[in-house]
Amino acid sequence: MSDKTNIHTISLLVANKPGVLMRITLVFSRRGYNIESLVVSPALDGKFSRMTITAQGNPAILDQIIKQCAKLIDVIHAEEHIGNNSVEKELALIKIETTSDKRTDILQLIEHFKGQTVDFNDNDLIVQVTGTTEKLDAMINMLKKYGIIELVRTGKVLMLRGREET
Amino acid sequence: MTTSTKNGAQALIQCLENAGVEYIFGYPGGAVIPIFDALLDSKIKLILVRHEQGAVHMADGYARATGKVGVVLVTSGPGATNAITGLLTANMDSVPLVVICGQVPTFGLGKDAFQEADTFGISAATVKHNYLIKNSDDIPRIVKESFYIASTGRPGPVLIDLPKDITSTICTVNANEAKMDLPGYSIPNEGSAKDISKMARLFRGSKRPLILAGHGIIISGANEELKNFADKIGAPVATTLLGKGAYPESAEKALGFVGMHGTAYANKAVGRCDLIISIGSRWDDRITPAKISEYCPDAIKLHIDIDPAEFNKVLVPDASICGDAKTVLRQLIGEVEPLETSKWLEEIAGYKKKFNLNYKIHGGLKAQQVIDEIYKLTEGKAIVSVDVGQHQMWAAQFYKTDKPKNWICSGGAGTMGFGMPAAIGAQFGRPDETVVAIVGDGGFQMTLFELATAVINKLNIKIIILDNKYLGMVRQWQELFFDNRTSGVDLEGNPDFVKLAESYGMKGLRIKRAADVNKILKKALDHQGPVLIHAEVVKEDNVFPMIPAGATVDKMLLEAPKQKLEKPKGST
Ligand SMILES: Cc1ncc(C[n+]2csc(CCOP(=O)(O)OP(=O)(O)O)c2C)c(N)n1
Ligand SMILES: [Mg+2]
Repeated sequence: MSDKTNIHTISLLVANKPGVLMRITLVFSRRGYNIESLVVSPALDGKFSRMTITAQGNPAILDQIIKQCAKLIDVIHAEEHIGNNSVEKELALIKIETTSDKRTDILQLIEHFKGQTVDFNDNDLIVQVTGTTEKLDAMINMLKKYGIIELVRTGKVLMLRGREET
Repeated sequence: MTTSTKNGAQALIQCLENAGVEYIFGYPGGAVIPIFDALLDSKIKLILVRHEQGAVHMADGYARATGKVGVVLVTSGPGATNAITGLLTANMDSVPLVVICGQVPTFGLGKDAFQEADTFGISAATVKHNYLIKNSDDIPRIVKESFYIASTGRPGPVLIDLPKDITSTICTVNANEAKMDLPGYSIPNEGSAKDISKMARLFRGSKRPLILAGHGIIISGANEELKNFADKIGAPVATTLLGKGAYPESAEKALGFVGMHGTAYANKAVGRCDLIISIGSRWDDRITPAKISEYCPDAIKLHIDIDPAEFNKVLVPDASICGDAKTVLRQLIGEVEPLETSKWLEEIAGYKKKFNLNYKIHGGLKAQQVIDEIYKLTEGKAIVSVDVGQHQMWAAQFYKTDKPKNWICSGGAGTMGFGMPAAIGAQFGRPDETVVAIVGDGGFQMTLFELATAVINKLNIKIIILDNKYLGMVRQWQELFFDNRTSGVDLEGNPDFVKLAESYGMKGLRIKRAADVNKILKKALDHQGPVLIHAEVVKEDNVFPMIPAGATVDKMLLEAPKQKLEKPKGST
């Protein structure tokens, strides 16, 4: 896994058209930059889509990447968000190995993180959890010792607080 | 709204007519037959080229020489991929083009249909914007948007991928009623008052200001404003390679172009200035050292550009203004005070005298002499289109450019094969002016088939091949930095270019001796119609001055070095 200290979150409002995603990923890939997570979905006005991208790297280069994304014709705006003026959330589905002797511990842990068991079998269960990326990381870390079979995360979504437009 | 009974191809042609298109540089194929058919009923002239790369370079030369949008029409698959080098060339140098590619019918998309290429995907990284049209009713809007995007802001090429069934079905939207829908596109114009006054303040107290004028001045049409601004603050003006013509190079305060093979006095001035203001240039790696902190470290750096993504890209300026060069200069000139620069201008005059560009006329025919003579014979008024290599740098040095749009050169991409087709395009755009292509023997052979296009259209272009029987620029690097271990640069086996010209029905002339240069060039200029001049120049001359790639100006070589040089650390 990558070093999380240098992760940047970029949110974009883009035209809801074919090819937009390719244009944006090209800005990253021409530099050999990796996208850590990417969420795209239609905005309130279906003509547009919202994108939240997280990536890690040198801040000056990421600043350049954001400007080059913003310059794309199909991008309405692209901005990095830092600090407390935004709400950031992510959802994870975690499939965990369960044996009768470990099950209680696991369920307690899930409860502590306000997770929800969405599938339950004799030998495994799936938990759904939402929260900040840091919270999800912490929970996943603690679950590791019980044996995580599979992990799927949505990637981070972000919204600005108050009346400022994301 | 009136409905139309035109098919997609006819609607397309009407949109192009509405956009004022005079010429389409094109090459046919199955996917564009409907468009070629519709063209027959239009007043737009089709220029049939010999290769799609040639078409894009012609449209590019046309656009650079006129400021209008160049238009290209090619077929799907290999037709489109052949155009890609031309797109890169135009994109790197901010040249407005609209390139229309045929595509397989929509029902064949993604199925490896005959002559299918993912043109939308392949071209995305080499254009300002591109489209794949999947509904014929979108044609009018998309064509209108394409011309608008290509020609405004920081210009660039726009590609339209047009499936064959779309051009064959009815377009119900009237071409005259198209509305653009570009919510993500805005064009900077005025600089913000805050930025203007911040920058203006930084001029105070500067004793050695220097203006670096880029292609942006020419694109913006800001040459008058630049001159007024330079006069007001008393600053000398250097240009980039693409900025040649932004400021009259023969003027007293002109320094010529900076960079790797720029004039020594321009580069000296960069090393000495206490303030440098780049207007419409992007501090490209051919004019700045690899270690950017070593670039005029004590000077205040100012940057004006229409593209906000250029700020902080190569260097972090002390102040920047985002906007159109012409508008911003008009704003700025009112806020700056004249500076006391008489000493600085004296210093500059001293450099110009001490490091003046020259060459020796002995030991065989020199490329520089040929260029110098053509400069004199055309009184510096020709439109000069160059290829890429040593001859390009000599042309930049010895053909002084006084007017914008008279210097046509692939700067950012350095595309060999550009010069001659671009000259053809320039001649179409400005039929009454003298157009000279100055090309190398290597690059010329990459697109030489376009001689046919020049002949058929009875263009008056003069093509000067500076034949050193080498890929000279690469050979120079090998000589200077790789112990003269020449590898893959020998062009022994070049054809007889005079005979080649004649076989195309073009006049061919040969220059072998220094004494004949004037006479033969005169003959070429007097001849009505295209002429190819084959100048057999000395094989192993080198371009100086030279700043090794990535190095600072103090490493500039004025002549062949006595000692062995380190391999350059810069890019290319
Ligand atoms: C398409 C392309 N391929 C390769 C190069 C690399 N290159 C730059 S200059 C040069 C030599 C050009 O030789 P020539 O056209 O004979 O000009 P000269 O330098 O001899 O004047 C080469 C190979 C390039 N710029 N473009
Ligand atoms: Mg050569």
